[in-house]
Amino acid sequence: MRWRIVSGDRPGHPVATALLLVLLVALAFAPFLFPGTRSVAAAARICIFIVLAASYDILLGYTGIVSFAHTMFFAIGAYGVAIPLANGWIGWDAVLAGGLGGAALAAGIAAAIGLLSLRVRKIFFSMITLAVASLAQLLATQWRDITGGEDGLTFSLPRILSPAFRLLSDPVLGVRIDGRLITYYLIFAVSLALFWLMLRIVNSPFGRVLQAIRENEFRAEALGYRTIVYRTLASALSAGMAAIAGALMALLLRYNGPEATMSFAIMVDVLLMVVIGGMGTLYGPALGAAVIVLAQYYLQPGLQALSDAAGALPLLPALFHPDRWLLWLGVLFILIVYFLPAGIVGSLRRRSRA
Amino acid sequence: MPSGPVLETRDLTIRFGGQVAVDAVTCAFHPGTLTAIVGPNGAGKTTYFNLISGQLRASAGEVLLHGQRVTRLAAPLRTRRGLGRAFQLTNLFPDLSVLENVRLAVQARAGIGLHFLGLASDHAELIDRAQACLARVRLSDRAGVPAAALSHGDQRKLEVAILLALEPQIFMFDEPTAGMSVDEVPVILDLIEAIKQEGDKTILLVEHKMDVVRRLADRVIVLHQGALVADGDPAEVVASPIVQEAYLGVRPANA
Ligand SMILES: Nc1ncnc2c1ncn2[C@@H]1O[C@H](COP(=O)(O)OP(=O)(O)OP(=O)(O)O)[C@@H](O)[C@H]1O
Ligand SMILES: [Mg+2]
Repeated sequence: MRWRIVSGDRPGHPVATALLLVLLVALAFAPFLFPGTRSVAAAARICIFIVLAASYDILLGYTGIVSFAHTMFFAIGAYGVAIPLANGWIGWDAVLAGGLGGAALAAGIAAAIGLLSLRVRKIFFSMITLAVASLAQLLATQWRDITGGEDGLTFSLPRILSPAFRLLSDPVLGVRIDGRLITYYLIFAVSLALFWLMLRIVNSPFGRVLQAIRENEFRAEALGYRTIVYRTLASALSAGMAAIAGALMALLLRYNGPEATMSFAIMVDVLLMVVIGGMGTLYGPALGAAVIVLAQYYLQPGLQALSDAAGALPLLPALFHPDRWLLWLGVLFILIVYFLPAGIVGSLRRRSRA
Repeated sequence: MPSGPVLETRDLTIRFGGQVAVDAVTCAFHPGTLTAIVGPNGAGKTTYFNLISGQLRASAGEVLLHGQRVTRLAAPLRTRRGLGRAFQLTNLFPDLSVLENVRLAVQARAGIGLHFLGLASDHAELIDRAQACLARVRLSDRAGVPAAALSHGDQRKLEVAILLALEPQIFMFDEPTAGMSVDEVPVILDLIEAIKQEGDKTILLVEHKMDVVRRLADRVIVLHQGALVADGDPAEVVASPIVQEAYLGVRPANA
């Protein structure tokens, strides 16, 4: 019955459940389990990318819509927070107004793109999202007065979130309770809430219609569902979630610029997270986000250690050279796709069903 | 109480390039009547269905549902007005479970598709109704498997279960027993018979098998090259030269 609160949707395999529980516990206690600025930043990034990848999964995995504009919505949320704060309006009201305003704007733009172009063939819709995303990138880099151009915007956070703030004078379990830690838990709490909300949504009557559309849109129409309405709502919802993730990213970085939230590299990362984790499972993209972010943070140092350990052996030090990390990420990706073609959670589910 | 037709087509026409696939078909369908639609392959029967249920837009003519023009209305809105269709080529949600395929139809009928905060599993009554539809086509034991894993005959049954779940006033069956094994056919025919016995439903049945037509139909219409060429009592129409030619290859002497 406890699962009902979550959504009634189970990970579907003991291994998947175990991995998710480990991830949840690790993120919940990250500042205490893995103290240090770098590891807490990695944990915060995982939280944010869980929301970003899960919201993309609602489009790609549940509804079968291929959009390349997801990082644009991510960036809109980040600019929503960055613009008022960088202009000296530093307060909770600015964070809230910026984040929610960004989410509303993102949802509105997604709905407009949806209504105008979801009627066309799927491939054209994808191309339109690509064009809009490129246009947005151009706008962000050129409209310097507002966005800070290529350089982006650096800003301070409300006092409680600033690194210099101390909530308690003494450390707890050896960890300083400072603004950075509070920022982390704010990011963690919002991400957890949004992930839970998305789990509910994909298992709601609405979410089931999205799956029907992915499976056979023609038939969904014949049942009486106006699929254009559902696809537009799914786009808007997913965009709004991505924007809130972007707002969290701005809080984490105390900075936003085109490279930080808008680049196509991030779009590719999100795609990888969803595919590696398992499309249309929501839990999968959460694991995928953890895998990719951890690889980005720790593959290079890990390789360095391996390379050093290999020492005088022939060839190995070169193979494990830290600069080869992208190669190893590629190998990892190929292995996962080869052995788990439906992604981690998708393939585990199939195995437990068979 | 003899009321007006629930469904009517007036000069309904569609052209694909130069070919007229449905050619000015005027016909009215009344509650409590099962109309069989026969005609050779490529006669335009499925296309006529597509025009009625809104999958295709007419080039000319009108479709009237409950006396109202729906010619330009999108398919889902026609479904909501009581038009239900089972497809000739099986048309399911392949990766979803058999039960979920039917539950989606029940949910559409219940009109709660836009509810996004509650859980689908909270609506036990919808699941029960879906189970009941599966039981009627004898598919209960397959409820948990993905639709794609069903045999062809079972997929045809699922197609019918989905139609039942929509609880339409007008049932459109497009060769529902095609490709079914001999022992599966009676399940579907008995079911259509039962719907007919309810008395207030309008049934359109595209069917090639003349014994089925004779058993079930109150009325037969014949389409030939898109045009309606015969309309009347089953025994008479089946015996008519045009049907004999279409199905038995018997040509009138002067042809
Ligand atoms: N979308 C379409 N585009 C072009 N031509 C079409 C289209 N749909 C149907 N046709 C043509 O219209 C004609 C009628 O086809 P239809 O499928 O309605 O025949 P039918 O009577 O259902 O035949 P069958 O008994 O084989 O099911 C055929 O010549 C077919 O090729
Ligand atoms: Mg046909």
